[in-house]
Amino acid sequence: MALEDRNRVVVLKDRVENISGADYPMGFDSEDVPFHLENFRDGLDIKIIRVTPTDIEFDLIGVDASIANALRRILIAEIPTMAIEKVYMINNTGIMQDEVLAHRLGLIPILADPNEFQWKRSGDPPTDQNTIVFKLDVACKAIPNVPESETDPKKKYENSSIYSSHIVWEPKGDQEIRFANSPVRPIHDDILVTKLRPGQVINCELHCEKGVGKDHAKFSPVATASYRLLPDIQILEDITGEDAEFFRGCFPPGVVDVVEENGVRTARVVNPRKDTVSREVLRHKQFDGKVRLTRVRDHFIFNVESTGTIAPEMLVSQALDILIEKCDISKAALEKAVKGSEEDE
Amino acid sequence: EEDHTLGNSLRWAIMQNSQVDFCGYSIPHPSEAKTNLRIQTTDRSNAVESMGKGLDDLRSVCQIIKGKFQQRLREDNYSRTG
Repeated sequence: MALEDRNRVVVLKDRVENISGADYPMGFDSEDVPFHLENFRDGLDIKIIRVTPTDIEFDLIGVDASIANALRRILIAEIPTMAIEKVYMINNTGIMQDEVLAHRLGLIPILADPNEFQWKRSGDPPTDQNTIVFKLDVACKAIPNVPESETDPKKKYENSSIYSSHIVWEPKGDQEIRFANSPVRPIHDDILVTKLRPGQVINCELHCEKGVGKDHAKFSPVATASYRLLPDIQILEDITGEDAEFFRGCFPPGVVDVVEENGVRTARVVNPRKDTVSREVLRHKQFDGKVRLTRVRDHFIFNVESTGTIAPEMLVSQALDILIEKCDISKAALEKAVKGSEEDE
Repeated sequence: EEDHTLGNSLRWAIMQNSQVDFCGYSIPHPSEAKTNLRIQTTDRSNAVESMGKGLDDLRSVCQIIKGKFQQRLREDNYSRTG
């Protein structure tokens, strides 16, 4: 068990132990194996649990926390998407200030494949290759012949609430042809942007550019990307009878089951994956020394929820590509620096 | 222009090399995108080479993960609802 235990992060009542473990080549005695790609390949496993149009849940087993974290960070902050970056206000007589309205427009997720677009640097002119143009041109009018007693603004006025469906794509250059099969639009039609009353007008031109979450959170392609470690509940001494029922109640339903073993009702762990590690068990003295809450150090349960621009399985592949790209860039820079210092000598 | 994303993974990759005595990274100030990486090797190998090898290893690790992931996607052994 000692070998397996090395792999566990222990969750105690008031602290967590064995967090970093010792996975250094010099960390243990001769039983340790130097790092080989083949060993890694054999130890690695990926299990995809569920893929929906918006989420993906998968298990990454056999990698170090630093790689899982790097993946998570890239998913959140470094995958490019398109979002409204510049708002050219022509007329805004609504109650909402220009900048507040512009901020809200920026946060609207846009359905446009970022791979089709080039990066726009600050000096570049907007072209059909690096910018998407939308127009928001709405005016609020009173609807005639509505009874005086009516209070619902939606019934009294036309365009009293401005939704994301009101922004209209204006294809430029060859965009109409490039996006003939999947026209560019906001992902959701029912995002409330602002409210107007009769006589108020909003007229603006919106320019959409490519960016990353690092720059501004509006560019993040994920609603969220997170991982947790697989819990491992170890029962050191059998828990029987009434205690077993109580034990089962300390965990979310489905984690622990009470079974008949040799005529005695004992508690057995059935599905540790469902556990949220609330440590409720550790609050009760009767289980002191009988239970050990741990987590498996290299088993990451990822949950990635996409906003809709990019399919969730594509997001993970892209994140890995970006990490590879970062390695390449650093390698090139390292070689350049080495060459530079050799020339100096 | 590095941060913990590459810094920590690279540190791990370099540490896997048994010829590296010491490897650590730090970020002097979070507002500046700069990372310090320190590598100390045994007298059998060169520190710059170790960094290069670490980068190569990290790259291979990512390729392996990506390959496995795409293989699992193709196997199509998952639920589509929930």
